[in-house]
Amino acid sequence: MADTRATPAPASARESSTAPIKAVKLRHPLRTTFAIVIALLVVVFVWDAATRDAYQWPLVAQYLFDRRISQAALITLVLTVLSMVLAIVMGLVLAVMRLSDNPVLKAVSWTYLWLFRGTPVYVQLVFWGLLGTIYRSVTIGIPFTDVEFFTAAPFDFINLFWLAVLGLAFNEAAYMAEIVRGGILSVPRGQDEAARALGMSWQQTMLRIVVPQSMRVIIPPTGNEVISMLKTTSLVTALGFSLELYARTRAISSQIYATVPLLIVASIWYLLVTSILMVGQYYLEKYYARGVAPQRALDGEPIPTGTVAPGTANAEASADTDTIPPPKGEHR
Amino acid sequence: MSDTLMSDIPMVHADHIVKSYGSHEVLKDISVTVERGQVACLIGPSGSGKSTFLRCINHLESINGGRLWVDGDLMGYRQRGDKLYEMSPKEVSRQRADIGMVFQSFNLFPHMTVLENIIEAPTRVKNVKKQAAVATAMQLLERVGLAHKAKAYPGHLSGGQQQRVAIARALAMEPKLMLFDEPTSALDPELVGEVLDVMKGLAQSGMTMIVVTHEIGFAREVGDALFFMDEGVIVESGDPREVLANPQHQRTQSFLSKVL
Repeated sequence: MADTRATPAPASARESSTAPIKAVKLRHPLRTTFAIVIALLVVVFVWDAATRDAYQWPLVAQYLFDRRISQAALITLVLTVLSMVLAIVMGLVLAVMRLSDNPVLKAVSWTYLWLFRGTPVYVQLVFWGLLGTIYRSVTIGIPFTDVEFFTAAPFDFINLFWLAVLGLAFNEAAYMAEIVRGGILSVPRGQDEAARALGMSWQQTMLRIVVPQSMRVIIPPTGNEVISMLKTTSLVTALGFSLELYARTRAISSQIYATVPLLIVASIWYLLVTSILMVGQYYLEKYYARGVAPQRALDGEPIPTGTVAPGTANAEASADTDTIPPPKGEHR
Repeated sequence: MSDTLMSDIPMVHADHIVKSYGSHEVLKDISVTVERGQVACLIGPSGSGKSTFLRCINHLESINGGRLWVDGDLMGYRQRGDKLYEMSPKEVSRQRADIGMVFQSFNLFPHMTVLENIIEAPTRVKNVKKQAAVATAMQLLERVGLAHKAKAYPGHLSGGQQQRVAIARALAMEPKLMLFDEPTSALDPELVGEVLDVMKGLAQSGMTMIVVTHEIGFAREVGDALFFMDEGVIVESGDPREVLANPQHQRTQSFLSKVL
């Protein structure tokens, strides 16, 4: 074996053909051991949890499908979706403002982000709850004169649910703005130039060319934000809204003096809703991936020779432009 | 205006163009005239300002000095008396719509099919009915030999096919002038020919073209005028066959000795 010359292999192995390779799989002893240890730990924990009285499993079963709780889960979902939709629209507007040539729009967008990212969402929600007290009445008129057109109490007309939607959306919009901005900057400069060279206006270029392409980069972190928002809704008790999942389960648990089982019930519902949202994200990502690499695999079409991978040529051309790397999507 | 009067106006008339980025002067006093139906080729070493000049023609880059007319229209500005007024983005877009541009990196819209790429601007910018736009697009695809790829996404096409689609996309706006910015430089050698063939056909149909290129053979065969640029100035110009065969300037000679 010390011989370094090409050792003639045994006749059977030397004959190569196109037949599939049959080889002994590489073993991973450490991996296997680790898996067994983890499996054992899980079994121990589950066994222990199943028999531990503090979890009060019968109560979990009793309240899991309690109407009040499933309704609260629905309200949580609606709250999440509405505030996210509003936040995405606002974020898009803020991002486009930030990237525009107009210094006024830029400054407004920057200030908004500074304010709403710089203060805790809980504090903001408390403020939203107090708006009705702070602005008991608003008078429209000409300042420093006696002329008054009308006086109104704006926050009398808005119920707590919508206040919660606004509170969550205004906070989230600041984060969405940065995600959208990253997405827009990830689109190669050449795309914008090609559209403008065709005579398309700035608005058309943005709506038809740049934003659709940025979606692929925007969606993964936005999915993250949606799931994060689902859990942030548990903070809206700060402004007095108490019909969402967490507040509802807390209320029930304080009635029946059982904290742990209802926390488990709430967790199960949060997990369920998160799972539903993740499925939605999967389909959205698939839609916006059209025309890009994975589609080729789906069609089963061979890649023609001399193909320039989409984006690579553009990426080279725009390598010297000030693009920031797209935000990395995380899937929690 | 009568046709004879119209044809007296050159398609592109650049007069003492200056373009600088900060203190760096990229174009120093460029004057170029391209007549109707002419194919003008711009050659020169990289960094000489060829592409920048091309992008000034359709106002993708604004110029710092001089005046530029396309088909008799001052680009990007309106002149009233001695004063120049900046055009609104809308007016600039309208001027650009009549000038086709083909890029080195194709810049097809990857999220749209070939057909969608081509009808996008006619339907959105010129408000052509979708049905009519599709019919025109199919004719153009036929012309560049890619009618069978209408429903494909650009990512499925080879570089040469993508560039031919990009040419069809520009032609769909019925431009009076076509600008080509190194259209074959990003292509594998065996794909260059198919794109040059389409461009030759276009030249024969009478389209006015300005082509920034390293394809000396194309310039010699198809070009009506050749401009050699270096360090932001036009060093030498004239009939391509004469300039290429018998360059007068030392910089032209040394450049051609490297690329030929």
